[in-house]
Formats: sequence, structure tokens, C-alpha cells
Amino acid sequence: MAYLDHAATTPLRPEAVEAMAKAAMDTGNASSLHASGRRARRVVEESREAIAGVLRCRPGDVIFTSGGTEADNLAVKGLHGSRRTVDGDRRRVLASAVEHHAVMDPLVWLEESGQADIVWLPVDGLGRVSAELVAADIESDPQSVSLITVMWANNEVGTTQPVPTIAHVAAEYGIPVHSDAVQAVGSLPVDFGESGLTSMAVSAHKLGGPVGVGALVLDRKAEVVAQIHGGGQERNVRSGTLNVAGIAGFAAAMVAAATERESESSRLAALRADLVQRVTEAVPDARYNGDPDPAGRLPGNAHFSFPGCEGDALLLLLDARGVECSTGSACSAGLAQPSHVLIAMGMDEADARSSLRFTLGHTSSASDVDALLAALPAAVERARVAPGLRRATSA
Amino acid sequence: MKVLAAVSGGVDSAVATARLVDAGHDVTAVHLALSAKPRTHREGARGCCSLEDANDARRVADMLGVPFYVWDVAERFAEDVIDEFVAEYQAGRTPNPCLRCNERIKFAAVAERALALGFEKVATGHYARLIETSAGVALHRAVDEAKDQSYVLAGLTQEQLQAALFPLGDSTKDQIRAEAAQRGLLVASKPDSHDICFIPDGDTAAFLGDRLPVRSGVIEDSDGNEVGRHDGTWAFTVGQRRGLGLGRPGPDGRPRYVLDIEPAHNRVVVGSRAELAVDWVLGEQTRWFAPPDLPQRCAAQVRAHGRRIPAVLERADDRVEVQLLEPEYGVAPGQLIAFYDGDRVIGSARVSQTAAVATSA
Repeated sequence: MAYLDHAATTPLRPEAVEAMAKAAMDTGNASSLHASGRRARRVVEESREAIAGVLRCRPGDVIFTSGGTEADNLAVKGLHGSRRTVDGDRRRVLASAVEHHAVMDPLVWLEESGQADIVWLPVDGLGRVSAELVAADIESDPQSVSLITVMWANNEVGTTQPVPTIAHVAAEYGIPVHSDAVQAVGSLPVDFGESGLTSMAVSAHKLGGPVGVGALVLDRKAEVVAQIHGGGQERNVRSGTLNVAGIAGFAAAMVAAATERESESSRLAALRADLVQRVTEAVPDARYNGDPDPAGRLPGNAHFSFPGCEGDALLLLLDARGVECSTGSACSAGLAQPSHVLIAMGMDEADARSSLRFTLGHTSSASDVDALLAALPAAVERARVAPGLRRATSA
Repeated sequence: MKVLAAVSGGVDSAVATARLVDAGHDVTAVHLALSAKPRTHREGARGCCSLEDANDARRVADMLGVPFYVWDVAERFAEDVIDEFVAEYQAGRTPNPCLRCNERIKFAAVAERALALGFEKVATGHYARLIETSAGVALHRAVDEAKDQSYVLAGLTQEQLQAALFPLGDSTKDQIRAEAAQRGLLVASKPDSHDICFIPDGDTAAFLGDRLPVRSGVIEDSDGNEVGRHDGTWAFTVGQRRGLGLGRPGPDGRPRYVLDIEPAHNRVVVGSRAELAVDWVLGEQTRWFAPPDLPQRCAAQVRAHGRRIPAVLERADDRVEVQLLEPEYGVAPGQLIAFYDGDRVIGSARVSQTAAVATSA
């Protein structure tokens, strides 16, 4: 089997398994006042400090959540809510058109419920927002801007965004900036302190930790409206009994990922370069999407359009050959909508639907690329002649 | 053999898929998403395209250890099945959307894609049998007469049947439920789906009313006397008795039925049950699995679980003239008329005209 979907989730690191097993065997609610509670609390705080060390923020900035989606929701709804409480005229939220659904859907909800006006920032053909355009959008009416949100690196095509530049422009106007860094942390040098960000979403399972835990790194001075009310944990911003074992696994994975980040990123970039070269040789009309310059892209991401094919047909054929990848699209009942990211990059629907994402991670090796190349040419040939379920004219 | 199994989330397709796995086939399960905005839950026994059904289908595939995908056919279903359903009613005909779905979706778009992707057959949980003969595949009734679905498959072509597998045709529904329970399939006790899946509340007139304009006209008796008014001929179907809004029975004190729908004159004609009887049918868009030997004795069937009417085919090429040896009631233009020799389907056609020859002679 070749697992080429590390952007969806990546295998647990042994360090995380060990830390979780150890913490899980201990009884203790981190909010309890007795010895067991203090012991649990100590695990949480040591984890918080370890994570803060990697992300270059203060331990007090780290708010543990159930994952990246919750962190994004808390940032978007919470920051906007608090800004509007102070100044009701701040209705505009500037957001990149390629945000993850965890950011995009809360924004759509805010707009549809009459709480915000969303300005979707266009991207270029590589999927990148222009910092100049953001500056111009702010300057057109700075008093109306409540929040800016631009992801660190795109989950589908891997393109990195000029997040620190945008954050520093926004800082001149006192406008908070949030960034979904779920895909970036572990692969790219992410320094929260240097970035100028107000908040940043992080997820454990994308870097070898467990599913179900993540964090919002939130500048201590920033005000957010709590989205989950209860026992007042996590600065009274995110109530709920702390997931001690999950948090311990999260920290262990993050430290392990950070320790090997530089060498691992260059190893993956080389493996990715090999994959891209071989795919474009085997399927000459395949189009490599996103930034072709490795400096502007997540090291493990390769994203292609295969003209004349449907991505879900290719996925089925590759899956049958033990090669696992993604069409990169979100779905509820498994229904594939054309990716909003690719559409924002200027692709038409048919090309967007012909796309597949291959993502590498810490367990990837050359044999995975070999397995892909052994299956891909025949799959493309077959998918190309398979009639689609949509009418050709609707493309 | 590489088989694509269409799994709805119901008990029939679950057992059909399980039987294919047992038989050693290389099975891939596909759930067809028929609605772009599926409802979250099933409403009673109706409908078959909710998210709950998709999840049930996924669980069946999990338990059987076969790959599972959702194929989005919502756009085609809307155009080829729902739009056509509405247009047929508007034209004064009575469509059967399940038949249309089999002809245009399941055994057409889905099967064509499956074959191109390397599958050899498409399997469904229909109750019907396919029997290999020297002349091709023959479509036969299921052994369970009450569940037999050969009628809704009778519009398929020989080529479409060649690619089909119906693993349930030799079993009764009771056996299938028992087998599902014995296999531990969670859908064993799920109610059967009834009626039309895209009209979950069963109110066809309201569904059509949301899509077609109000156009008031007259309801007449067969002598041309106005007996009532209507808001659109599309709300009626030949043979309909309820919901005519006439407020009183006919002059003979008996209920009145819709005899004819004339959209061109915006007129609905009603009359007694006796006037509803027909013994001659003209059919178009014929399909022949075996060329009939005229005049051919056969059994005709005009609705999904309708009775077998002894009949004689008097002409059979691209059109068919059928003499019914017993009168049938409520035969509507647009319906499929299927012809059987014993349990074998010999052909089918769309009803275009009907007449009562013996009674009027």
C-alpha cells in the first residue's frame, strides 16, 4: 500500500504514542485541586510550554481545542465578535478566497446571519494572495475592517501565503490577523512571535499527534468572545475538561516534528521533486498546480490536473491498486464539489474535477512514489475513456 | 469478476452485495446520490436518498469489506428523471420514474462509466432473474411474484441487460430479510421504500403544483357536460378516482374516474368505471428481446405490480397493437406495457393510445 494522503492525516509518531499512553494511564482532571489533578495539570502545562517553545509564542498564548476546525471557529467568530462589540461599524472581514472550510464556513455563517460583510481576497494562478491588494483593501476603508484571515499554506495545492507581510501591514491599522497554520506547522518555519499574527490555528494529527486535539495560539492581549461556555478552562475562552493524554501526544509530536523539520523537509522536497518529474513524464499532459518553486510550497505537496479524467474515477482506480490519495475536495455524503481553491485560481470546473492531490509525510519513502507510478499511467488511460456522470456541456 | 454493486442503504441491495462477495467476485460498492441537497433523515418508509441511507450503505460496505464510493448523479437524475416526470404529467401522460431511472441512470450513465472503469457487471437489488440463452440474456420474473420487479426493467435493452446482475431474483423478500438478519446486516429490519423517492411525502399533485402553472379548465363527462373545474390537467392521471373535487358521484350514483386528459383543450374527462375499460392498446418505442411470432399470445402488464392480462400482439415492429382478451381499467398514455411469455419478458412499449373496441362495437 502507498499512502499519499499525509495532508489528510499522518501516522502517529512513536513519541506521541508513548506520551499519550503514559498520560492516559494516570487518573486526574487537570482542573482538580488534589494531587492527581495537579499531576494532570502539570502534564498539560509542560505540553503547553513545549508547544510554545516550538511555535515561538508565550505558553499563555496557547489555548487547547478539539482540533484545527474548532481553533479556526474560535478565532473567526470570537475575534470578529469582540471587535464588533467595541465598534459596531467594523463589519468587514477580509479573507483569502482559498481558506479551508473551517474558516470559510464560519465566515459565510457570519455573513448570512447578518453579522459581517466578507471580502474574499482573490488569488493568482498559483493560489497566492497579494499583500499589496490586502493593503489596498484595508486602506480603502480601514475603520470598517474587523479582521483579516489568510492561511499560512494551502491544504490543497500547498501554496504558501505572505502571512507575516500582511500581518505587519494590518498592525499599522490595529487590525487583528488570523492564520490557519494547520498544514504549515511541522513543515515550514512558523514563528508566531515574529509573524505579527493575532492568532493561529494548529492541529495535532497533521504532524504526527492524535486526532481530536489542536490549539488556537492567541495573543494574550487579544479579546475573543468565547464560543464554548462552561467550566472556564483555557483563559475562560474554551471551557471543557482538558484532554490530558491528547495534549501530551500533541506536544510530543510537535517537538519530534520540530527536531527533524529541516532535514525532513528537504528529504520530502526531494522526494516530491522526483514524484512530480516522474508523473509529468508518465502523463505528459498532466498539469502541476500551485507554485512550481519549492520555496513557495509545502514540501510534501504535489497537486495535478489530469485533463480528460475525473479525479474521483482516478481515485477509485488508484485505490483499487493500493495507492491512496485525495481529490482534495470537501464533502458531506461523499459528494464531490469542484474545489473552491482551484476555481479561485482560475481553473474551470472540468479541470478542477480532474485533479488529484498527493501528499508526502514522515513515513513516506521512494517506494510510495514507485507504487504511484506503477499504477498511474493505466489509471489515467482508463479514466480518460470513462464517461463522466455529468453532461459534457455542463463543464 | 469485477462487479460494481449499487447500494441504496436498503436491505435488498445489501444482501445482493453480500451474495456477490460470497460468490468470490471482486466487488466495489457505489451509492448513487440522486439529490444535490439530500435530506438528513428518512421520513418513515419513503424515499431512498437521504444522508442516513448513504451512511447505511457505507456501513454495509464496511461490514462486507468492500470499497465504497458515492457517485453524484443528481444532475442527470434531475434532468432525465424529475424534469421528464413533470413534463410527462404536463403533457397528460402518466410516467413511471423508477423505470426511467433504470433506463437512463442505473443501467445507462452508471453502467457505462462502470464498464469503462474496468467493471464487467453492474449489480442491483432488483427482484428479477436473468437467464443466459443462445440468443442473449433473457429477463424473467423473480420467483417472488409479489416483489417481482421485471416490469420496471422491461424497458432496458439487450445490451443493458448483458451488463446487469440481479442476485435476488431466486429468493423471496422474506428470505432476503432473514438472510440479512442472519448475516448481521443492520439494515435487515429497515422498512421497504415505497412510492417515488423524490416525493417523500407522497403528494404528487402538490409536487407538480410547485412546478407547473395553475391553468383553470373544465372537467366534463363523456357526453361533454361540464361537471366541475380544475386548476391544471397535470394534476390528473387516467383511472384516478380520488381528489377529483366534484363533490358528488355520477348520475348512476357510482364513483367517477378520469377517462381522458386533454392538455391541448385544457380538459379532463370523467366517467363511470365501465367507461374506463379498454381492450386495445397502441404502443410506441417498442423493445423486443425476441421477435414475436404474430399473432402472438402473451400476458400484458401495465403497472409495476399489475395483473397479467391475456393479450394478443397483432403488429409488432417499432409500434405494437395489443388486443387485450380481458378489459383493463385505467391504462394511461405514457405507461409502459410489458409483454410476457410465461415468466419471460419478450418486449415492452410505451402506451400511446387506448380504445374499447369490443364494447363500442
